[in-house]
Amino acid sequence: MRRTGATHAALLVLGRDLRLGMRRLSQIGQPIVFFAMVLTLFPLALSPEPALLRSIAPGVLWVAALLASLLALEFLFRSDLEDGTLEQLLLCGQPLALLLTAKVLAHWMLSGLPLVVVSPLLGMMLGMPVESLGTLMVSLVLGTLILSLLGAVGAALTVGARRGSVLMSLLLLPLAMPVLIFGARATDLAMQGESAEGGLWLLAALLILAVTLAPLAIAAAVRISLE
Amino acid sequence: MNDFWSMGGYGGYVWSAYGLAVLVIGWNVVAAHRYWRRGEELARRRPAAGREMRP
Amino acid sequence: MARFTWFHKLASPPHCYAIAGRCLPWLAWPALVLIVIGMYGGLLRAPADYQQGEAFRIIYIHAPSAWLSLLGYTTMAVAAAVGLIWRMKLAHALAAATAPVGASFALLCLITGSLWGRPMWGAYWAWDARLTTELILLFLYLGYMALRASFDDVGRADRASAVLALVGVINIPIIHFSVYWWNSLHQGSTVLRAGGPAMPASMLWPLLVSFAGFTCLFATIVAIRLRGEILMRERQASWWSSMDSRGAMADE
Repeated sequence: MRRTGATHAALLVLGRDLRLGMRRLSQIGQPIVFFAMVLTLFPLALSPEPALLRSIAPGVLWVAALLASLLALEFLFRSDLEDGTLEQLLLCGQPLALLLTAKVLAHWMLSGLPLVVVSPLLGMMLGMPVESLGTLMVSLVLGTLILSLLGAVGAALTVGARRGSVLMSLLLLPLAMPVLIFGARATDLAMQGESAEGGLWLLAALLILAVTLAPLAIAAAVRISLE
Repeated sequence: MNDFWSMGGYGGYVWSAYGLAVLVIGWNVVAAHRYWRRGEELARRRPAAGREMRP
Repeated sequence: MARFTWFHKLASPPHCYAIAGRCLPWLAWPALVLIVIGMYGGLLRAPADYQQGEAFRIIYIHAPSAWLSLLGYTTMAVAAAVGLIWRMKLAHALAAATAPVGASFALLCLITGSLWGRPMWGAYWAWDARLTTELILLFLYLGYMALRASFDDVGRADRASAVLALVGVINIPIIHFSVYWWNSLHQGSTVLRAGGPAMPASMLWPLLVSFAGFTCLFATIVAIRLRGEILMRERQASWWSSMDSRGAMADE
């Protein structure tokens, strides 16, 4: 009998989560619509004056993306905890950190990636110049990946708890602040015509740090939650 | 004739709008029809299953 | 009361299904004819606008789709109210059938408005009162459809989304008023005016014909969807098998 390799197991988890996610399309749509609605709030609350909207656009887009990601993180572990899959992942003998990374990747593809895809359209609605949209998308790709990884730690810690979502946000937001700063600033620089490379490289470095360390933290958190 | 297609320079916008309208109307009709067909399919199978169970 | 038997008949799924089926050709053909005539009038017969040139022709798509999005939500809300008050399942089925149609035309209205805005104001999007209200209407539709999808039980989905639809419809005038007020406070934004202060007859008649055609189209699509909804909900009932004119079941 052939033992399943760790990579193969991770790919199986990835495929399963993607397939499950695609079945509930409305769950994918919800963070996107939330993203759009939060953005709509700003012109209504401030003023529709194009110059003002353009100046706040990078920051507002980033905050909205952060909030939408937080919202989407609720779905990461909850259903698997409820039906016992999470326990099975823990017991199956494959490296838990790798399997959970696969889960987080699947979750990002179903929640973070759609946000990135929609962001240029929403950026244009806020009056951002077309040239800066590319930087916006790149920064959001890096940022949402980091947020998914960090958020998974918070989600794993609070998965069984009552009012877990508020608690998870409290845990995650301080960690997310550096990501927000670098991402929003990079986009802002691109909008003003200057080079945003510095900020983007910093985000990439944060992502590498997250990819190497977060899975260990997520696995530890899941073990704690399943005690 | 060329004047018609270029729409005084605004051809891109006008024809995109009309094309999109055709798409939306088409999708609505096709999706509604497929929905009805699926309903027919499901309705066709269920009563038969019910009948088999009754003596 | 013998006079109202038609209403009671309409409330019964098999009759509603049959009547909707019989009405279909009477809605579909006029829809096609009226829309074709309207498009012909709009694209070929109406003269170009003084200020906007040929771009104003987008109105023949934009305005009817705005109308359909509002008609859709109103239909949904009235059907929801009837369903809640008189507990008619068919009314709920009508509300469910209308939602995706209205939402897609709200989206069409927004995109065509954006395409019209580019030649008119120079920007693809402006936070003007009508477009913002339409955007909020689209959000309302999406929320309604998302709520429906989140329930497994059709009955609970019906009732919950009916409450949501009613709350939404009360809000639409409030939203429109508040957005209009917000918009008029800010001198910078221009207000969208439908093709100018007064439309000459040659521009107006294609618009009216398009409105009529789109309305028939809406009724056609909703009728087809309603028939689908009825089948999905009533598939256990025996009336369907006896009505099915396709003959014997495949697995009998």
